[in-house]
Amino acid sequence: MLHYVARRLVAAVPTLLGVSIVVFMMVRLLPGDPARMVAGLLASEADVENIRHQLGLDQPAPVQYAEFLVRLMHFDLGTSVRTGQPVWYEVLARLPWTIELAATSIAVAAAVGVAGGLVAALYHNQRLDTIISALMLFGISMPVYWFGLMLIVVFAIKLQWLPAAGSQDPGAWILPTLTLAAFSVALIARMTRSTMLEVLRADYVRTARAKGQIEHAVVYGHALRNAMLPIVTVIGHQFGTLLGGAVLTETVFGWPGMGQLLVDALFARDYPVVQGVVLTFSALFILVNLGVDVLYGMIDPRIQYA
Amino acid sequence: MREPAASVSLAPANGAAALNVPRPYPARAESDRPSQFRRGVQRFCRNRGALAGVMVLCLFAVVALAAPLATTYDPEQTQLDQKLLEPSAAHLLGTDHLGRDILARLAYGARYSLLIGFAAVSVGLVIGVPLGTMCGYYGGWLDLVIQRVIDVFLSLPGFLLALSLVAVLGVGINNVILAVGLGVVPAFVRLTRASTLSVRSRAYVDAARTAGARGPIIILRHILPNALAPVVIQATLGLGATLLTAAGLGFLGLGVQQPTPEWGAMLGEGRSYIFSNPNLATFPGIAIFVTVLCFNLAGDGLRDALDPTLTA
Repeated sequence: MLHYVARRLVAAVPTLLGVSIVVFMMVRLLPGDPARMVAGLLASEADVENIRHQLGLDQPAPVQYAEFLVRLMHFDLGTSVRTGQPVWYEVLARLPWTIELAATSIAVAAAVGVAGGLVAALYHNQRLDTIISALMLFGISMPVYWFGLMLIVVFAIKLQWLPAAGSQDPGAWILPTLTLAAFSVALIARMTRSTMLEVLRADYVRTARAKGQIEHAVVYGHALRNAMLPIVTVIGHQFGTLLGGAVLTETVFGWPGMGQLLVDALFARDYPVVQGVVLTFSALFILVNLGVDVLYGMIDPRIQYA
Repeated sequence: MREPAASVSLAPANGAAALNVPRPYPARAESDRPSQFRRGVQRFCRNRGALAGVMVLCLFAVVALAAPLATTYDPEQTQLDQKLLEPSAAHLLGTDHLGRDILARLAYGARYSLLIGFAAVSVGLVIGVPLGTMCGYYGGWLDLVIQRVIDVFLSLPGFLLALSLVAVLGVGINNVILAVGLGVVPAFVRLTRASTLSVRSRAYVDAARTAGARGPIIILRHILPNALAPVVIQATLGLGATLLTAAGLGFLGLGVQQPTPEWGAMLGEGRSYIFSNPNLATFPGIAIFVTVLCFNLAGDGLRDALDPTLTA
């Protein structure tokens, strides 16, 4: 098991290197001259050239990339153009907010989604199934940011039950969590329903029923256990997506997370921060996917990590 | 579709059927394609949700094309003395913060939103399908290299990839189409590759190769027609997803720019007035929601019609 994790971690290195190349090239392709931005609009041409030299921007691209990589290994992502703070500092200040919001949302989404999909599958083609399936379809069709705004209109403005923005008191967590979870709930429920329908037709489920097993044990012990693999895959992938997809939800609710940081940095053309945030997001995404693969072995004893 | 419907299993019209191999899905044999196709259409038409979705989408398309006939208001003409009006007979959905008729903006906006959805998916298909087919059919180092590159792009969450691309390309409708389209390329490559791989080892492909057919012919005549069903389904479902992504970019102010009445951008502007005039954000959101819902209904219907083995 440990071997497997170690091997997967090593295998993730080329992907991360690839991401770093893409991010490195992307930032160099962005419009605007970074040296001019650091120097300020009023700086003389000589000063700009000076800063260009200081930043190593007059070096050939491969050399720049090598230096970028060396700095990256020392967890040095550069300094923010806007605040002058190290990018790491900014990222670390925002990261917990995004991870906490994504974690609460995925917990809600997994619980509601699996339960909803399970009920829909057990009541296949009955009214309850129709209602849940329709809700799931709504869920995957809704723009999350619009859903968030509508929640604000109803619960913050009309009913005045919950705050519209902020992140301090516990009530402020409810609307962002619901907004971020909505899409995932629908997706997880759809996956649970279709997998369960498939598994419930399997031979071993018929065998379990034939030997007189009580329905409860058939559904949870035999069917759900075997349906878990694709469901966990979706949940894991959704968690990774939520981490990065929180950009819109964070904007709607003014949530002080990484997504908000990314959008602000994009508008301010603060490219070191953009670079740092995108790199962090993809590293998290790769880690989460790795975690899902490791979970497989725990859920399904047939999978051996030799 | 050229020949009239023929019986499915009794007509060994070509090599594949004559060899009596398990019939590939969807049936490739020239003789039974019409009936397969027709059955697909019948299945699709029996699906009331899918049919409703397509009809509403057609209605939206007509509104988009005939927007100048549907409303007399100019969607980009500001009239500050008319700003933030509640819905009335003159302005059915009210006016926005610059006095522009919301209904007119939605009608004209349908052009942009539908165009972006279709154009972005087309970008994804045009780049993704040839790449995926080549990877799946030829394999080797080409496949290896392309798959590693795809790995890199798939390790960025979808919306973030589009966001990063639009940051590089710049804002505006063409760049949004390109960014969102490039963002879905990896998924299409993966899907087409997997589908090609599953078809490549079929007996009829071996038969064609034994008969002396060359790679490109095999791909075009034998592989693609059989491998495309999942791609078509994914493309239809992708129309809704790309529309959501593009609207999300517009919402952030990084997509289609003012004063173009793109739905996502309208929603983004309306956000500032959410406390006083929620209409500004509500109506564009409903337009996006209904359109994406219809694309998803049509996509689900298409999936059920093209793939009888899936029951979900």
